[in-house]
Amino acid sequence: MLIFERSQPGRSSKAQAPNAGLDDSLLPDKFRRQQPAELPSVSELQVVRHYTNLSRNNFCIDTQFYPLGSCTMKYNPRGAHKAAFTPGFLQRHPLAPIEYSQGYLSCLYDLQEILKGVTGMEAVSLAPMAGAQGELAGIAMIKAYHDDRQDTARTEIIVPSAAHGTNPATATMCGYKVREIPVNREGDVDLDALKQVVGPQTAGLMMTNPSTCGVFERKISEIAEVVHTAGGLLYYDGANLNAILGKVRPGDMGFDVIHMNLHKTFATPHGGGGPGSGPVGVADRLKPYMPIPVVAKEDVVFCWLDQEDLPKTIGPMSAFMGNAGILLRAYAYALMLGREGMIRVGEFATLNANYLAIRLQQAGYTLAYPTRRASHEFILTLAPEEKAYGVTAMDVAKRLLDYGVHAPTTYFPLLIPECFLIEPTETESVEELDAFVDAMIKIRGEMESSPELLKSAPHTTPVRRLDDVKAARELDLRYAKPVQATQT
Amino acid sequence: MPFIPHTEADIEQMLQVLDIHHIDTLFDEIPSALHAKELGNIDPGRSEMDVLRLMQERAELDAGAMCFLGAGAYEHHIPSAVWDIAARGEFMTAYTPYQAEASQGTLQLIYEYQSMMTALMSMDVSNASLYDGGSALAEAILMAVRANRKSKSRRVLYAGTTNPRYVRAGRALVAGQGIELVEIPRQNGALKIRLDDLQQYAEQDYAAIILPFPNYFGQLESVHEIVDWAHGQKMLVIAAVNPIAVSALVPPGEWGRQGADIAIGDGQPLGLPLSSGGPYFGFMCCRQAYVRQMPGRIIGKTIDLEGRTGYTLTLQAREQHIRRSKATSNICTNQGLAVTAATIHMALLGAKGLAKVALASRRNAVRLAVLLSQIEGVACLNDGDSFHEFVLRFDTDLDTVMDALHEQAILPGIALAGDFPDLPNCLLVCATETKQESDLETYRSHLEQVLAEREGT
Amino acid sequence: MMSNTPEELKYATSHEWVKADEEGNVTVGITDHAQDLLGDIVFVELPEVGSLVAATDEAGVVESVKAASDVYAPVAGEIIEVNEKLNDSPELVNSDPYGDGWFFKIKMSDSADLDNLLAADEYSEQCESE
Repeated sequence: MLIFERSQPGRSSKAQAPNAGLDDSLLPDKFRRQQPAELPSVSELQVVRHYTNLSRNNFCIDTQFYPLGSCTMKYNPRGAHKAAFTPGFLQRHPLAPIEYSQGYLSCLYDLQEILKGVTGMEAVSLAPMAGAQGELAGIAMIKAYHDDRQDTARTEIIVPSAAHGTNPATATMCGYKVREIPVNREGDVDLDALKQVVGPQTAGLMMTNPSTCGVFERKISEIAEVVHTAGGLLYYDGANLNAILGKVRPGDMGFDVIHMNLHKTFATPHGGGGPGSGPVGVADRLKPYMPIPVVAKEDVVFCWLDQEDLPKTIGPMSAFMGNAGILLRAYAYALMLGREGMIRVGEFATLNANYLAIRLQQAGYTLAYPTRRASHEFILTLAPEEKAYGVTAMDVAKRLLDYGVHAPTTYFPLLIPECFLIEPTETESVEELDAFVDAMIKIRGEMESSPELLKSAPHTTPVRRLDDVKAARELDLRYAKPVQATQT
Repeated sequence: MPFIPHTEADIEQMLQVLDIHHIDTLFDEIPSALHAKELGNIDPGRSEMDVLRLMQERAELDAGAMCFLGAGAYEHHIPSAVWDIAARGEFMTAYTPYQAEASQGTLQLIYEYQSMMTALMSMDVSNASLYDGGSALAEAILMAVRANRKSKSRRVLYAGTTNPRYVRAGRALVAGQGIELVEIPRQNGALKIRLDDLQQYAEQDYAAIILPFPNYFGQLESVHEIVDWAHGQKMLVIAAVNPIAVSALVPPGEWGRQGADIAIGDGQPLGLPLSSGGPYFGFMCCRQAYVRQMPGRIIGKTIDLEGRTGYTLTLQAREQHIRRSKATSNICTNQGLAVTAATIHMALLGAKGLAKVALASRRNAVRLAVLLSQIEGVACLNDGDSFHEFVLRFDTDLDTVMDALHEQAILPGIALAGDFPDLPNCLLVCATETKQESDLETYRSHLEQVLAEREGT
Repeated sequence: MMSNTPEELKYATSHEWVKADEEGNVTVGITDHAQDLLGDIVFVELPEVGSLVAATDEAGVVESVKAASDVYAPVAGEIIEVNEKLNDSPELVNSDPYGDGWFFKIKMSDSADLDNLLAADEYSEQCESE
């Protein structure tokens, strides 16, 4: 039932509106709204009950194992949330003068320093509001760098075929042509193919490491050299930073610019799809182009660096200063982790992934890259099961929901047929991993005994499989009040 | 180990299964030269108690002033229930609702959000949100250039009264695509666009025009006339609006004869704390005809295997995870949790409640403008067609006045001269429904005193 | 299951079929193989009547729930008609790809373009090797 269907004329949550009457007589006629917006008229308790009950129709980290590959669904510490929800931070206006900003700015400054240290980059801007915006900032900086040197023949960005969709989409948004290069059978970038496509038209290469195939790109130093020799720059998509946090630094791998997903690696909540935060880190040569604002410290005073201080900046990414509250959560998390905690993130994310991979392999499932160490995530291919039993990765994903586990990422990366991309994260206990393996073993039994059970799954969720085709063909994107039958 | 549950025994058992002796062995494919040798100056980990204490101390450094700042971020009452519910783990720690059966809570809520936004804006369709108002403007510019098939132009006009922060963000975000943003300048010192100002752009090919409402100075532009003019010129109209304002003022879908084509803005006034500028969310509504050009997530209603109503992501073929380099945008996440709060907020206030907030804010702003402009050497430049912000001009040096007021814990407004050199010593002031008469009087008396002291020196 | 590939049509490697008449006009659609790969079609974007296209230009888009694919002009010329029925009934592309599911008609500027297209057996071979 929609909140609109609970609405009754004349009802409202009276305590929530100011006491003033609805006197709009001072408004000029042509600017007055003629009909009130058709929002629901409901009581406060109705609202509380409706949305509390809705929330219970969600799977979430707080209630379920959520091994969604590439999304790093780790525990989101409540302390970090509480720290950001401190009243002084909540009430601070984004344009507050500097004397009412020292507390906030000191947090951002410290966070910049922490991110620099753990990634090995020379400078960090916290401005981008999400990973995709971090990518945009990064590629825009690469463009600004080449343009600044009058090196304007560089029109192409190279992207491995297994890359996240945001990579090619971002390159296009920045006005570049996308050149895809293949990934070889062991999940590494095809170095020969790379050598063939680089040249004076190459602006840069975007890649994740560990890659979306769940393995570490072993020839990263050679790749960096090939791209740099051709005059291109190297972009690091930080989607998989959790795998190597504290163990390997993108700056040491030769990357010129990176973005980090704080909502992954730094445990800020995903919120049902945002808000995220995608700070960028840069090597020395890209410093002048960083998105603004950046926080600086002059003696003991923290201040913003703006257009006047960074005249070559690619500009601001938002009206104000990015997703401030997310930055505060990430900062609080980083403080709690500390130096040794960060190293353990990479170690235990990797331990959990490798353990789960081996156990699933022992249970009869097929690893896409059996000769490789898993990073923080790994790929199963269910192509053999599809062939033997006619059940697809989608069927298994839906059946997992019945076992109270959120499904792994399915059908990504595109080059592995019937795939599961599984990322357990470091915050899951071995019992939880074992329970997942048990569910997968049971599902394997069901494939043989009753494949229909899988094909018609899920059975226990608030709704069963939904008709996506109907949703797209007969677009219904908002509530329409039923037309009342009127007597004539 | 913070947030890592493994015991020594667990680790031992897991390593046995992997047939290795040390966790470090798992990193043996990584060339040893790349193993991190240092991590900069990162301190040892601290307890939650220590971290909360530190954060509270820092937050207090910034607290305590009475705030009359607006310029795109507005202080409004947020019902206690809004964040109590939005911060439930089921909303806060869920992912983007790709697995629809396991995400009906989020999906239905966004469908309700889309319904509420289209009602508020009087438009056909809404997406599930964008990052913020500034980036929503950028996406609207890109969308208009794609959608306007009558225009071959990659030029977009914008009123010189548009929030300059939106314009700067918009410019930065569309720069890579060779789109030119052309300003319609204001007459010197004017706070509104006049129809005369538009004439020089007639009969030229522009894909769209950006029209703020209320504009940056709190003024209400002649939206009906400008929209009709723009449609006559085959431009699309991008309305940049304050969602609270249009609960009482004419919504973009009803501007002129046909209404605006795309409406965007920042959803912050709908239940999001000021919080230093984020997370807020950008909203975007448009005509049905342009729905396939709209960026971002969109939720549709459908049925399940048993014929029950359910909600799912739809029109995904526009998006980066399918269309890759040909997607409408690279955006993937929206501002889900911020939208969750806004939906609960709108449900609690309803149309009447929001309109009351709008009218009470306007009443306070008008009252404050009257009080302050009674002081000698202070003039209000707005006419009666204003919302909850206004411009004050001082006969004296504004910077020193502002410094003095900051010392007295009053944030009096935002100096305009930096962005608008024709408005020297001018201050943009905002008052919302949160201010009481005594607050307005506090501002007045302190300002009077500061100016009197300056007079005396 | 083998896809249906009528003998009398010509084919582009990008999965469009082409049927030419005596007046130098061609009808274009997507093949049975292509619609099968895409799955349930939910939307079709057609070119504007009167627009000029070169061979291999993008001339439309076809969308299913989980995929989107460009439709290319197999020959150069002017778009003289589009199948308006697809706006409301995109499922025709699935049910009748060579009939009611056609996309658009082109008045060819050079009928020699037809020589660059594949015959049915050549196209079938291409599909099998994919």
